[in-house]
Amino acid sequence: MNETDIGLWGVPLAIIGGAIRVSTPFLLVSVGECLTERSGRINLGLEGTLVFGAMSGYAVAYQTGSPWLGVIAAAIAGAVFGFAHGWMCKLSRVNDIAIGISLMILGMGLAFFFGKPYIQPVAPDLPSIPFGWWSDLPQVQAALRINVLFLLAIVVAILMGRMFRSTRIGLMVRVVGDSTDAARALGFHPDRVRLFSTAVGGALAGVGGAYLSLYYPGSWNEGISSGQGLMAVALVIFARWNPVSCIWAALLFGGAGALGPALQSIGVTQGYYLFYAAPYVLTLGVLIATSSTSRAMAGAPGALSITK
Amino acid sequence: MSVDLASGAGSETAFREWLEKAARNAEGFVIPVGALVAGLAVFGAFLLFLGKSPFDFYALVYKAGFGTAFSWENTLSRTAPLLLAALCVALPARLGLVVIGGEGAIVLGGVAAGAFAMFAPDLPGPAGMVGMALFAACAGGIWIGLAGALRHLRGVNETISSLLMAYIAIAIMNHLVEGPFRDPASLNKPSTAPLAESWRIGSIPGFDVHWGLAVGVVACIVSWVLIERTSWGFAARIAGGNVRAAQVQGLPVGRLIIGFTALGGAFAGIAGMIEVAAVHGSANGSLAAGYGYTGILIAFLARHNPLAIIPVAMLLAGFEASSGLVQRRMDLPDATVLVLQGFVFVAILLSDTLYGRFKLFQPELWSRS
Repeated sequence: MNETDIGLWGVPLAIIGGAIRVSTPFLLVSVGECLTERSGRINLGLEGTLVFGAMSGYAVAYQTGSPWLGVIAAAIAGAVFGFAHGWMCKLSRVNDIAIGISLMILGMGLAFFFGKPYIQPVAPDLPSIPFGWWSDLPQVQAALRINVLFLLAIVVAILMGRMFRSTRIGLMVRVVGDSTDAARALGFHPDRVRLFSTAVGGALAGVGGAYLSLYYPGSWNEGISSGQGLMAVALVIFARWNPVSCIWAALLFGGAGALGPALQSIGVTQGYYLFYAAPYVLTLGVLIATSSTSRAMAGAPGALSITK
Repeated sequence: MSVDLASGAGSETAFREWLEKAARNAEGFVIPVGALVAGLAVFGAFLLFLGKSPFDFYALVYKAGFGTAFSWENTLSRTAPLLLAALCVALPARLGLVVIGGEGAIVLGGVAAGAFAMFAPDLPGPAGMVGMALFAACAGGIWIGLAGALRHLRGVNETISSLLMAYIAIAIMNHLVEGPFRDPASLNKPSTAPLAESWRIGSIPGFDVHWGLAVGVVACIVSWVLIERTSWGFAARIAGGNVRAAQVQGLPVGRLIIGFTALGGAFAGIAGMIEVAAVHGSANGSLAAGYGYTGILIAFLARHNPLAIIPVAMLLAGFEASSGLVQRRMDLPDATVLVLQGFVFVAILLSDTLYGRFKLFQPELWSRS
């Protein structure tokens, strides 16, 4: 009945609420990837890390009864994947893009392998904060029920932006990402910086996965992620390697992802699958619009293989 | 060095040259095979860690994938789409592109074949098959060629764009198969109208293996000739080695990129058509069976050599053919094959670091006496 009270206004409201809900994993993955790419590496395997994080977070939350332990487990698992990626890319002639693809397959395989017993059980959800208490409309309340991880992700993004701008560590990561030789000349260890940047990026992607399985959609199954990890990589390019811009980019992508369910909720069933493709089309469009053959991308780290 | 060479100096030089060449070629064979074995060993250790016997596992894989005539037929039937899917990765790879969205071309190729059958149902069998193959090749070729064109014209990273387009392709397939192209009679599993019996691809006489296998093998041979024996392939290899140098030489890099990606996509599209005409009988959701992703691993294992794709695809098809039995007998989840593929994939990529590190493979070692 409540659906009819606000009529078509339900669509933008559902998109705003959905954008916040759907964007959280995008934001976590893309902020982590932002750090990795700023150090001059690209990790395309975050899709696998996301799925493995979702599985491990769910499994640990179910076994211990605490969703926060699940989040921590997912972060550790993600860091292990990131560490593995960073270590392998240190070897000469090993291609970071291809390693990412292989870790994507391995991560998904391991997640499905160990996650099989956890498809049925119900794990505890992560808590959320009702920011919509001032409104009487249940739709507004639903839209503004914001998960703690979303706020955490925003804090991480802002702190990372500050880190790049005005701390020693941030400067070191930027130097390593712009020129391996310059970093060496300054006495930094490019491989070590990239190793830790990739590990932290993986940990954030793992937390993004835990959000998927422990809050929205809130259960573990093999179809839990369909390219979010990969889209987040594209999103970093759109955000010009700036963690704060990642917030807006993630909200935009989240809104596109919420379009399908929002239209479905008011009874639009035609072209159901095409609306579900909206985030992919948007990602592709953004990539086409922001890429160029003739000039280097503004803000791109110099040592990044993807922009060469 | 020694004196007694004087009489046999000619054959001695020939032998040294042969050794040099063998050493150079052996590296490209020994290292990938070693990496494959290492990947399988790591997976074996993984099974051991879980308390399962890796020996039982590989014995069962051998039995169910390659042990009997029946299991060979099963393996070879699965090889056909894998050959074509691997070409979709290997051909662009010779130009230095990493295209991983072959799944999208397979899916769209299958839908295009199903659509052709819907709009021209009165054609005789052979014409129908050719029409379906052409439609499928166009659909797949345009799809992957678009990723190549975006790379060349706009500098869009082809790895990301092709995978995004694979997701879009699957959404388009679901939309078409459940909407405009749906056969009203398909209730539980939305599909296009079933193909007429005369349109179905039959078996190779004497085997229970459909003709798709022959198509795949021919495609691999044609691709090998194209890359190794034509000026187009030569130009592509130069551009893959160094784009700048190729441009300075005046090679049509853009046309090469778009042409090779489109050709790879066309092969993947035909894989979808073969799945429809030989296996499923209509286009439906089963088209997205992950052949495109297995094809990535095959192409990398074969070092993007179209002829090497044939045995590698057979090996991985055997793993997939045996997965059902192995999982039931050993009580393993169905993602087991995916884990195995992941370990092998990581091992093969790590082996890239070994090239040039073994003295044994250096031609200089053999040229000196």
